[in-house]
Amino acid sequence: MSLLCETPHPSRRAMLMTGGALFAWAYLPRFARAADNRDPRLIVIVLRGALDGLSAVGPVGDPDYAGLHGDIALSLTGPHAALPLDGFFAVNPAMPVFARLFKKKQAAVVHAAATGYRERSHFDGQDVLESGFAGPGHVATGWLNRALENLPAGDRVATLGGLAVGPSTPLVIRGAAPVLGWAPQSLPAPAGDLATRVLDLYQHRDPVLAVALRKGLDADKMAFDDQMGSKPMKPKGGLDSAAGMRQAAQGAARLIAADDGPRVAALAFDGWDTHVNEGGATGRLATLLGGLDGAFEEFEKGLGERWKDTAIVTITEFGRTAQVNGTVGTDHGTGTVVLLAGGAIKGGRVIADWPGLKPAQLYEQRDLAPTSDVRAVLKGLLADQFGLSAAVLGDKVFPESAAVTPMRGLIV
Amino acid sequence: MAIPAPNSPPDPALVASNRFGLGARPGDRARIAGDPRGYLKAELRQPDIALISLDDPAYAGLLGSTSAIHASMAANFQRKLDREHMATAPAQPATASVQAMSAQAASAQVTPAQSVPPPAAPPKPAPPIEATLFRAEAQARFDKALRAEAGFVERLVYFWSNHFCVSVAKDNIVRASAGAFEREAIRPFVLGHFADMLMAVERHPAMLFYLDNQQSVGPDSRAGKNRQRGLNENLAREIMELHTLGVGSGYTQADVTSFAHILTGWTMAGREGRLGEPGSSVFNANAHEPGDAVLLGKTYPAGGMGQAEAALNDIASHPATAQHIATELARHFISDEPPPAVVARLAKVFTKSDGNLRALASTLIDMPEAWSTPLAKMRSPFDYIAAIRRATGPGPAIDPGQSLNWLNALGEPLWQPPGPNGFSDQADSWASAEGMKIRLDIAWQAARQVKDIGNPNDMLDAVVGPSASPETRQAIARAESKQQGLALLLMAPEFQRR
Repeated sequence: MSLLCETPHPSRRAMLMTGGALFAWAYLPRFARAADNRDPRLIVIVLRGALDGLSAVGPVGDPDYAGLHGDIALSLTGPHAALPLDGFFAVNPAMPVFARLFKKKQAAVVHAAATGYRERSHFDGQDVLESGFAGPGHVATGWLNRALENLPAGDRVATLGGLAVGPSTPLVIRGAAPVLGWAPQSLPAPAGDLATRVLDLYQHRDPVLAVALRKGLDADKMAFDDQMGSKPMKPKGGLDSAAGMRQAAQGAARLIAADDGPRVAALAFDGWDTHVNEGGATGRLATLLGGLDGAFEEFEKGLGERWKDTAIVTITEFGRTAQVNGTVGTDHGTGTVVLLAGGAIKGGRVIADWPGLKPAQLYEQRDLAPTSDVRAVLKGLLADQFGLSAAVLGDKVFPESAAVTPMRGLIV
Repeated sequence: MAIPAPNSPPDPALVASNRFGLGARPGDRARIAGDPRGYLKAELRQPDIALISLDDPAYAGLLGSTSAIHASMAANFQRKLDREHMATAPAQPATASVQAMSAQAASAQVTPAQSVPPPAAPPKPAPPIEATLFRAEAQARFDKALRAEAGFVERLVYFWSNHFCVSVAKDNIVRASAGAFEREAIRPFVLGHFADMLMAVERHPAMLFYLDNQQSVGPDSRAGKNRQRGLNENLAREIMELHTLGVGSGYTQADVTSFAHILTGWTMAGREGRLGEPGSSVFNANAHEPGDAVLLGKTYPAGGMGQAEAALNDIASHPATAQHIATELARHFISDEPPPAVVARLAKVFTKSDGNLRALASTLIDMPEAWSTPLAKMRSPFDYIAAIRRATGPGPAIDPGQSLNWLNALGEPLWQPPGPNGFSDQADSWASAEGMKIRLDIAWQAARQVKDIGNPNDMLDAVVGPSASPETRQAIARAESKQQGLALLLMAPEFQRR
C-alpha cells in the first residue's frame, strides 16, 4: 500500500475553503509568474547531532580512509558496496535516491565543510549553524528567516513566508518574517466552532497565542484536507526515524508545492550523534541516511513540476572524528558534508578542496579539516535562488561574514 | 466583578498553583488562598514527599533499576537466541507446511464434520518487558502528579529529571530503567544536596548507558591494552557542559579528554555478572585509565573510583555550576529572561548552602519577583496534561496510554528528549503553531471524556479563581455546550500560562 493512501493531496478547492489564503493575516494578491517561469524554492534540512560526513560520502580513493575509519569505512566492494559518485568519493549504499539524482546532475556534495564554529558542543554548534552568527549565544532569529526579512518589500518569496516542519520551530527559521508551522498529527478534530471561539478569546486576551493557533489551524487544513473530507495522517514515527523523516517531507512537499505556499522551508531531523555502534554501510547511521534519502524522494515526488525550481540543502552542526573511537562510533569533530539535491541544483559534482587524512592533515590531529565554509554554500544558494546581494548576506543574514564569499554556480 | 489592572501582580493563589504547582484541583483553592507561600513551603517540610516506594501498593509493577535492567538483558539474550534459532532452523516453516498439507490430505478423506477445527489465531505475544516497565513507571508518575497537594516538589522532580535527562530512544536498557533512574537518582535528592544528586545520576546505569560511558575504556588500562575497546568522551563532555559548569565556562578539549579518562571504569555489570550483580552499577578497575589526571588545573591522583568522585565533588561546588543551576531554576520558575538579581541571589544561596536544593526551593518561594512577575511562561506539555487531569479527573482508564499519546503529539514524549540538553524551557517552544493546534485537539478530547461537568464557570472559579478575565468568563458562559465550555477553559490563557 502506498503511503499516499493515507495522505491525500490537498486540492486547490480545499485550500480556498479554508479562507482563501494560507496566511490569514495576508490577503495575497495573485502573483504573476516571473518572466522566465522560474519560481524558486529552498528547503533546508538540519541534521541535529553531527553527521559523520566520512560515512555519508566516503573518500574511498583516499589511501588513509579505510585505516582511520576502521570497520565502519565505506568500500566499493563487498555485499554492501558504496555507490560511486566519481573516481574518489562514494555515497553510502543507504542512499540510492541521492546516487540516482547525482547521476541525473540533480544532486551535489560539498565535502570537508564546516561553519566558523571550532568547539565541539552540539548545542552551541547548532546555534551557530542555525542562527548564522559567527559565534554562539544568538538564539532569537535564524539566517533563513533573516533572508526572507531582507528581501525587497513586496517580494513574492518574502510575502509567502516560511514553513517550519515539526512540533517546534527550528531556530534557523525563527524570526520576524511570517512562518507557518506544521507537523503530522493524529488526534480527532474538535467539533463545532470551538476553534473560532478560542481564537476570538485569544485575540482579546493573548495575541501571541492567537497568531500561533491561527497558523496551526491553517496549516493543518492545507496539509490534510481533500475533496472527500479530511483524513488524518497516521503518525509514522518521530523525526529521528526513517518513516518520520519521509512523512515530514511528504507533508512539507505538499505545502511548498502550492501556488501560494511558502517558498522556503526548514526541517530538523534528530538522532545523528553516533558515539556507539555507528555502523557504516549498514546499521544505525545507514538507517538514518535511508530516512534522509526517503525524504529526498518524497520531495521529488511531491513537488512535481516545482522540483525543477527547488534546491534542498542538508546541513549539520559539525562532523565527527576521522578515527573510530573505542566503541565503534565517532566522537564530536569538525569537517563534514553538505548535501545538495533538487532540480535547481547544478549537480553531478563533489565540490571539495580535499585536505587529506594523514595525521598532520587532520584538524587538531583528529577531525577532517574544513576547507569549505558552510556559510559560503548557503550564501551561494540564497544569492542564486533569491537574488540576495553579497553585502546583505555578509551583514544581515550571516552577520560579520563579509570575508566568506558566496559559492556561486550551485544553481542551474 | 473586579477587573485586575493590567499591571497589577498576579493572584497569589494562581502563582502558587500554576507558577509553582501542577494546577488546582476542585477544592484546592480554598486551602491555598489564606497563605499561598505557606501552602508551598509545607511540601518542603516533608522529607520523603518526592519518593515513589517499591513497597507502596499504590504504585504496583515497578522494579528497581538493577532488576529491571537484568530482566531486559535476559529478555534481549532470549530474543537473540530466538532469532538465531529462526535463522539456523529454516526447516521449521517447511515442516509446518508439510503438516498442513498432510492435514489437508487427511481432511479430504473425512467428512467435513469430522475435520480438524481451524487452528486458533496465535495468541497475541506479550509486550516486551521494557514496554511493560515503561508503562508502569509512566503510570506511577502520572498518579503521583494527581495525588500531589500543590505539586511544587513534583515540579522540582521534573525540572531535575530534565536537567539530568536520559532518553529511552537510546536502547532497551534505558527504556527499561528510565523511570527507575528518576526514582533512584532524582527523587531522593530533590530536597537534598546537589553533589549527592550529581553522584547518584552519573553512576546510575541508565546515565552510563545513555551517554556511552559503560563502554569507555582507558587506552592505557589493562582492558585498553588488549585493544578491544577505547575511550568515549560523551559523558565527560555532557557532565561539564550540561550537568554542571555550563558551556563556555572555560574548560577545554583537554579537560574533556582528561575527565573522560577519570571516568573510565564507571560501568554496569553485564548479564553474566562477572563484575557484580547483573544490571548494577560497578567500578571496573581493569578499564580505568591508570595514573594521575589534571582537570581544570587541579591534579587528581590515581585512585580508582575515588578519582572521579573527587572530581565530581569539586565540579559540583564550582562557581560556574552555581551560576548555571541558578540561571536554569530562575528561567524555569520566574521567566524566560530572569532578572540578573534573581539569578545572583540563587547562585549565592547555592554556594553558601553547599548546593542545598531545599534552601534553593525555599529561596524561590521567598522571592518577591516570583509573586510580581506576570504569568507569561507556557505550561510544558507534561504540566499541561497534569493540570487537565487534576482539574477534570484522571481520565477514562487507569491506562496511561492516552496521556503518553498526548505527550508525543505535543512534542514532549516521556523520558525521550531530542538530545542530552533535554526539552526546551522557553515559552516560545511550547506556544508554536503546531503545539497550539494540538492543545486545542487535546482540550476537546479531554472535555468530551468528562462525565458530569457541572457548570463550566464554577470550574473556572475552582481552578483559576476571581482573577480570570471577563473575556474568558464570557466565552465560557456563552459556550454552546458544557463540553465546549470546559474545552474553552482548558484553552484559556489563564490555564495555558504560568
